[in-house]
Amino acid sequence: MAVSIEPARLLVVDDNKVNRMVLSRSLEQQGHFVETAENGREGLEKIRTQTFDLVLLDIEMPEMDGFQVLEACLNDFGLRQIPIIMTSAMEELDAVVKCVELGAEDYLTKPVNPILLRARVNASLEKKRLRDEQRKLFRTFATKEVAEELLRTGFSLGGKHVNATVMFADIRSFTTIAESQDPSDTIELLNGYFGLMFDAINNHGGTVNQMVGDGLMAVFGAPMFQEDHCERAVRAGLEMLEQLKVFNEQQSAQNRMRIHIGIGIASGEMIAGYTGTQSRATYTCIGDTVNLAARIENHTKTALRPLLIDMHTREGLSDAYQLESLGEVLFKGKQQPIHIFAVSK
Amino acid sequence: MSTLDLNTFQELKDATGADYIAELIDAFLDDAPNLFTQMNSARMTGDAETFRRAAHSLKSNAATFGAMELSALAKELEGMARENNLEIGTRLEVMQDAYRRVESQLRALK
Repeated sequence: MAVSIEPARLLVVDDNKVNRMVLSRSLEQQGHFVETAENGREGLEKIRTQTFDLVLLDIEMPEMDGFQVLEACLNDFGLRQIPIIMTSAMEELDAVVKCVELGAEDYLTKPVNPILLRARVNASLEKKRLRDEQRKLFRTFATKEVAEELLRTGFSLGGKHVNATVMFADIRSFTTIAESQDPSDTIELLNGYFGLMFDAINNHGGTVNQMVGDGLMAVFGAPMFQEDHCERAVRAGLEMLEQLKVFNEQQSAQNRMRIHIGIGIASGEMIAGYTGTQSRATYTCIGDTVNLAARIENHTKTALRPLLIDMHTREGLSDAYQLESLGEVLFKGKQQPIHIFAVSK
Repeated sequence: MSTLDLNTFQELKDATGADYIAELIDAFLDDAPNLFTQMNSARMTGDAETFRRAAHSLKSNAATFGAMELSALAKELEGMARENNLEIGTRLEVMQDAYRRVESQLRALK
């Protein structure tokens, strides 16, 4: 007898009624919960609106065929991790191979042998369970985007040129804060602060890839390309300042110290990739744009504005923001002065 | 002689539950006449794609119940239609006869 497996929620997509009945009934007999769809369009709609552990997908169907459904799922960040088993007639093996190459988990030929059905479904569910665990573990130590990228492409050191936006954020006078209070209070303060900032950054599709002391570095537009990376970074920055207001109100209410931060944002070309060794590596970005973002963040102290951006980021924004030109600033180590803007909302 | 492969039929019964087989047989027998109608009219109008789809469904369903001969006949017609060839001679009539035998045996097994 096969290893017993937790009941799962499955979707059977097939335009043939007898096939739907046989598959769904067989899977129900194996203890699973089964939903069905009569064509690709209906199937995709259910995949998008409900939660499934596994999909059994016919290839030849009216309205939207199995290829199109498979591609739509693989191109969707949120659906990519659902395993899909293609079901097809023996003569469609060429098509099946194409699906497996595209990213389908496995395949079954129809009429489906019940023993193979059980074995393949259980193996796919088990693999999904392991991947989910791995993903959870990855996410603890890396960001969601980096974890997905790693799971999708596998790990390799080395970089590539990307056009992206980098953000640096730092707490003002943190050393003074740290010296004036109990170490455990400082750690608590930092954890509370970082939690809010991470959420703000993640909400806008950014990835925090470095934390050093009270500072953090985040990147937008890499490793997953986002057309609007400038805008996402600025929106994240504004949300961080909003979150900080709430945080400071709570601090005041508990008679604790309020904190102030500086955020610097720069956009442009950079080299992004995994640096380190095979046993310990981190996703990072390097290049002039990254240095510039760090310098701009530092400049918030002089400029007395919490959120500063460079010209390239400015060019990527719509008219919806309140900007103040601070003129050109010559930063240490730069040949050319950089036009800086303060963003207030 | 049986027109059904009884091993396949028994496997199907075991996998889906003995009390479900009548429902499955009904689904097949309800649908098959439509498929024959579709094939007949598609043959008249020269609509090879509709013909192919109907033959494909019949092939798949017949195989599910272990009706191997019927499935093989449908598969041959599916292949011809895929190549846009509806010069099928008496094959559709031969297949209809095969279906009648399958139908009566399935009704007996319900």
